[in-house]
Parts: sequence; structure tokens; C-alpha cells
Amino acid sequence: MTAGFWHQVRAVIDRDLLRERRSGDVLWITIPFGALALLLVPLAVGTDAELLREIGVGMYWVIVMLFGVLVAVGKASKETIPQQDASSLLGLDPAAGFIGRTVSSAILLLAFEVVVGVVAVGLYNLDVLGPAWLILTMIIAAIGLALLGTLTASIVNSTSAGTALVPLLVAPLSVPLLLGATQAYDGLRYGHAIVSWVLLMVAVATVVAMIGVLTARPLQES
Amino acid sequence: MSDPSTAPAADPEKAPSSADAAAAPLVVLDGVGVRMGSTQILRDVNLEIGPGEVVGLFGANGAGKTTALRLIATLIRPAQGAGTVLGADLASPDRYDVRRRIGMVGHVPGLFPELTLAENLQYAGRVAGVPTVRVPEALAAVGLSGAADRLAGASSHGMQRRTEFARELMIDRSLLLLDEPHSALDRNAVDLVEGLIERKAAEGGAVIVVSHDRDRINAIAHRSVELAGGTLT
Repeated sequence: MTAGFWHQVRAVIDRDLLRERRSGDVLWITIPFGALALLLVPLAVGTDAELLREIGVGMYWVIVMLFGVLVAVGKASKETIPQQDASSLLGLDPAAGFIGRTVSSAILLLAFEVVVGVVAVGLYNLDVLGPAWLILTMIIAAIGLALLGTLTASIVNSTSAGTALVPLLVAPLSVPLLLGATQAYDGLRYGHAIVSWVLLMVAVATVVAMIGVLTARPLQES
Repeated sequence: MSDPSTAPAADPEKAPSSADAAAAPLVVLDGVGVRMGSTQILRDVNLEIGPGEVVGLFGANGAGKTTALRLIATLIRPAQGAGTVLGADLASPDRYDVRRRIGMVGHVPGLFPELTLAENLQYAGRVAGVPTVRVPEALAAVGLSGAADRLAGASSHGMQRRTEFARELMIDRSLLLLDEPHSALDRNAVDLVEGLIERKAAEGGAVIVVSHDRDRINAIAHRSVELAGGTLT
């Protein structure tokens, strides 16, 4: 008898979060580097407060996208072949593994977004508009990026192309997420409708989730 | 090529019981070949293993022993030929359903280094649907009760291998695949592994043991086969 699907998902989430807690990859490496990247922007464009306010949200989301995908790809491709074999022989459903890895990456990405977001607000003097919408946007972006990174890692692991494929796979699908997130904030700032941008992000995340779940088994077996 | 299924047992006293021998074979490989890219790793492999059998698998480095184990574990598909493991066709999706009944301890441990030895077993139990209350008992059986909270990454190779054997004790497997099971183990652990092999065979399961130590394996195996150039002899 194998554990139920969602029981397996939960086991993978707990495993990955425990691994992160012990290794501290995101807490001690990714978050400080993300914050540092935000600090470098004023060095490049000068200390023009208005300009920084104007480009601040865009810079924040670009950094979240870049570091976020790196986190998700890194987390998902960290498993060695003996570890993958052991999980397969425990009866782990590849789709459950995909969802579990995605959820654990999304939780870490959300933490990354929050910490780097606080830095961005302080550094660029950004207004926190429509907190409920902002939180929703951040959650969807974290899930979308986690899905994208986990799917990319699965594809990279199943081919001999290696990490050279990562930018090619990630760039096209991360653009709608980046666009949706920045436009949603602009909508809040200028009073435009933002639902369509949020829906765009949800649509991208849904499509990637479906591809990830449906291809989990074939990618693992290849 | 000889048919290993017809080879006599190395020691008649160790041969499986007639009831076991009459039962359906657990592993059947019929002219199986495996390719990795452009390299033919295994070719025309024929093998039949029945319930209660312990089979030694020998071969030089690069002969394809580990690939053969991964094939029998249903983790890779044959490029040529046909085969069944625990009744599931190696080329059909049925093989996913039997994986949970196949245990494998490779020469490179598959534990997660950031988790403790106990946490690794708890993860295995949760995924496999085995009550995690069995974890302390399994660790005790391999002499690791005192090291349950030690990180796998900070444990010796031998301790990691013992933990993998503990995992196989916890989960009810019908087929055990062991790659160099004696390496990095002390005398007590070797006795434990050999006890596990004997127990699995007595329960009607089957065990395939890959090793370079012919004398040790011949002492516990019912028969042995050898891989040379990707083919069983």
C-alpha cells in the first residue's frame, strides 16, 4: 500500500522545507544577494528619488524573477539520481513530487519577496498601495515562478542539455508574470483596473501547473 | 549463451523449497538489451529468478551490473527484448505499480544529507504509506538507535548504508536488489545484511546481490551469474 497522493505531497513539502532550514541556502545566500542587487540600482542611476520611485517596482520584480527562478531551479535539481531512485521505489507519484517541490519553493519565494520587498519599500520610498491586491500578486508570482522553476529543472534533469536550457525555457514564460506583477502595481498607483493583469498571471501559472503535472511521469521516466 | 534459470544451485541445501520453485518467477528477462545514448550497456540478457532465490551477480567494473539492477528495479526500460518483474511488463506502465515492492540499496546512498537518519526513514515511511512508529525499531535493528538524530551528511558511509537497510526492513518488499552490500560495513552490519537476505528469501521474496566478493556471495547465494561485455554468462 502506498500513501495517498496528498499525503505524499505533504511529505515532499516537509522534506524540502526541512532541508532548506538546515542548509539555509535561501535565507543566508539568496535573500542577502537579492537585497544587495536592489542596493546596486541607485549606484547605477544616481540618487534621484523620483526616478527611483518610478523604476523601483519594476526593479523589485525583475530581481524577484531572476532570483526566484534560480531558487526554484536550484531546489528542484538538487536531487541526485540515487535519491530520485529511492523516492521512485517508495512509490512516490512524480506528480506528487512535482507539486510538493513547487509548494516548498513557493513558500521560500514568498519569504524572499517579503524580505526583499521591505528593502525595496525602504530604499526606493515606494507606497504600499492596496495591500490585499499586493499580497495576492506576490502569492501568485511566487507560485508561478516556483512552477516555472520546478518544471524547468525537471526538463533539464531529463535531458543531456544541462543548465544551458534554463534561460531559453524560463524567459518566455516569466515575461507574462513580470508584466502582470508590474502592471498590477501601476494599476493600483494610477487607479486602473488590475483584475485582467492578475488573471494573466493566474492563467500562466495554471498552464505551467498543468504542463508540470501531466509531464511529471514522462520526464522522470526519460 | 547459457540460460541462467536452468543453472544448478551452488549448494543444494540452500536451494529454494520446491513450493517456491513451482511458483511464478519474480523476475523474467528474455533477450533484454539496454542502451544509454549510443552505447549498448546490456545485450541479450536472459534471466529468471523465482521466489525464495538469492542470486549473486558478478562482473568487472563497467560490465553493466548497476544498469542491470536499475533495469530490474523498473527504473529504466529495455531497448530490446521483453521482461517482467513481479508480474509487471518492463515496457508497460504496470511497472509503476510494483515499484513499491522493490527495494534497492545502491553503492551510493540515496539519503538526504540535510535530514537526520531518523528523518530520512520518516520521509520514506510517509511516502510509502508505512507507519513511522516503525522507525525506531528499524534503526535499532541495524544498531543505529544512538545515532537517530545524526545528520545523514555527517554520518559515515557505513552508517548511511545501514540506514538504507533499515528502510528496507521497514517496508515490505518482495524483491531486494543490493549493490555491493558488504562494502563499508563492519562485521556486525555484515551479519545483519546477511540475516536480512536470508529472511527475505525465507519469506518467499527474491534477492539479487551484486558484488566483487565471490566467496562471500557464494556462501549465501543459491546460484550466481556473471555479466561480461553487457551479456550474462
